[in-house]
Amino acid sequence: MSTKNKIGIVIGAALILLWCLLPVAWIISLSFKSQEAITNGSPGFLPSEGGGAGWQNYRDVLADDQFLRSILNSIGISLIATFLSVVIATLAAYAIARLEFTGKKFVLTLALVIAMFPVVSLVGPLFDMWRTFGIYDTWPGLIIPYMSFTLPLAIWTLSAFFREIPWEMEQAAQVDGATSWQAFRKVIVPLAAPGVFTAAILTFFFAWNDFVFGISLTSTENARPIPAALSFFVGSDPFNRPASLLAAGAVVSTIPIIVIVLLFQRKIVAGLTSGAVKG
Amino acid sequence: MTHTTVAPDDKRDVRRADKAAASDRSKAENRLGMRLVAPAIFLMLLVTAFPMLRAIYLSVFNYSLTAPDDREFVGLSNYLTALTDSLFWETTLNTVFIMVVTVAIELVIGFAFAMVMHRVIFARGVIRTSILIPYGIITVVSGFAWQFAFSNNNGFVNAWLPFVEDNFNWFGEYGSAMAAIMVSEIWKTTPFMSLLLLAGLAQVSEDMLEAAKVDGATWWQRLWKVILPNMRSAIMVAVLFRALDAYRIFDNIFVMTAGAQGTESISFLTYRQVIEQFQLGIGSALSVLLFLSVLLIAFLIVKIFRVDLAAARQEG
Repeated sequence: MSTKNKIGIVIGAALILLWCLLPVAWIISLSFKSQEAITNGSPGFLPSEGGGAGWQNYRDVLADDQFLRSILNSIGISLIATFLSVVIATLAAYAIARLEFTGKKFVLTLALVIAMFPVVSLVGPLFDMWRTFGIYDTWPGLIIPYMSFTLPLAIWTLSAFFREIPWEMEQAAQVDGATSWQAFRKVIVPLAAPGVFTAAILTFFFAWNDFVFGISLTSTENARPIPAALSFFVGSDPFNRPASLLAAGAVVSTIPIIVIVLLFQRKIVAGLTSGAVKG
Repeated sequence: MTHTTVAPDDKRDVRRADKAAASDRSKAENRLGMRLVAPAIFLMLLVTAFPMLRAIYLSVFNYSLTAPDDREFVGLSNYLTALTDSLFWETTLNTVFIMVVTVAIELVIGFAFAMVMHRVIFARGVIRTSILIPYGIITVVSGFAWQFAFSNNNGFVNAWLPFVEDNFNWFGEYGSAMAAIMVSEIWKTTPFMSLLLLAGLAQVSEDMLEAAKVDGATWWQRLWKVILPNMRSAIMVAVLFRALDAYRIFDNIFVMTAGAQGTESISFLTYRQVIEQFQLGIGSALSVLLFLSVLLIAFLIVKIFRVDLAAARQEG
């Protein structure tokens, strides 16, 4: 590689980092501006001299019952939806990768159509239906749509993974004297686990990020997830949003995402790219 | 199927047994396969097909949740109202505008990012980790971050940009408000685009690039004649997914402008009719129109890319 190319790549890499991290740094910086400074106006990237708040905004946000409740809602709803969606998608993806059956194409096409569905066009009828069923403003009322909308991604990702698994190894283990349970447990599960795991992470991201269902299918803190809670968080003066408090809330809501990304970066990239391009 | 050859009795029996076993087996496999996908199909249809049918049904009524007993059949007049209302066309135009601009910019920047990530030999983990942060971050948070960044009270953009006055109100007029919304959208989704394109880049054979280089192709020629044609399918997948996703834009507009200054999108308009004004009749009509327009866009993109594919093949 020539030096010119090398310099170009270094600059490019720096630009990528700047692109990704500058807004994150900004929201963190904003969360340390004091609320008085925000009300009076405090332009600039960093908190002004004397306009810093220390950890006060975080203390205020974490003392807010509605916000805490929405964190709990988001964690609970996202985890349950992720678990159920991955279990169902694993069954479907196994069938798609390994079995011959009528309707295989139909499942894959349906998944693709649903992945592209304009979500907002459903909230009207769902709003109506959920109130009839009595699950409006409850956890199941959000878990069900989250499952439906994460299934496509999970099925595509998992079936791409399952297609790569050398299934003959299961028989090989049995020939070597393993019982079928042992063969499944010791050979297939370790091979399939990374794919299942990746699908789970992507599903969790979707559920955590959802906003449309979150605001239209909930009305109280009973089930309202974080994105909806943040958008309704106006503070005492609706004409002057408490920007720094909101920023602190935003940072708190981003921490789980950053932890997951830090731990599982490789798996997420593999999952995002495998399902999409091979399909 | 019938056998025309005459075989000894025992052989024929064996063969028949084989066939029966095989078809039993494949029948069982068929049954198992259908059983395994059934829950997924049920769930996907429960939340999409069923409500969509319900939307089609409701769309022919004048039906408001504030007066549910006054529901009356009005035929297609809800569609007529929507299609003759300038607001519908303005929001659709806005949405298409946002879709075209953001996807075009994301494609260019995303491709540049993918090229860098493909070639970079140091700090790979750090770069991939950081690129996943915008992807994973909540859209609402991205909307807030950029809204405050563009704010003339507490933001930094005015101070950093040359030729922009410090007290310029980005959300005070249509053009600049749209720009702010698109910046948030582009920031959040370019990483996704670049990862899809990165996977496409990895499929371009290095040998071919090397051969082109030996034959004296410039960097620009290699890009247009070797790299891009070889990652057509990756680009198509990325554009299709992102375009349909951009067409659904809602979160950023809700958070950043709430539709002020004429920045409403079609999704936002539909949401407002249904959830804020409880007009299920006209709202359902809008839902159906939104769904149809997504189908149309998907169809157009697939068509356009097919044409491109054919043209590219003739060239090469």
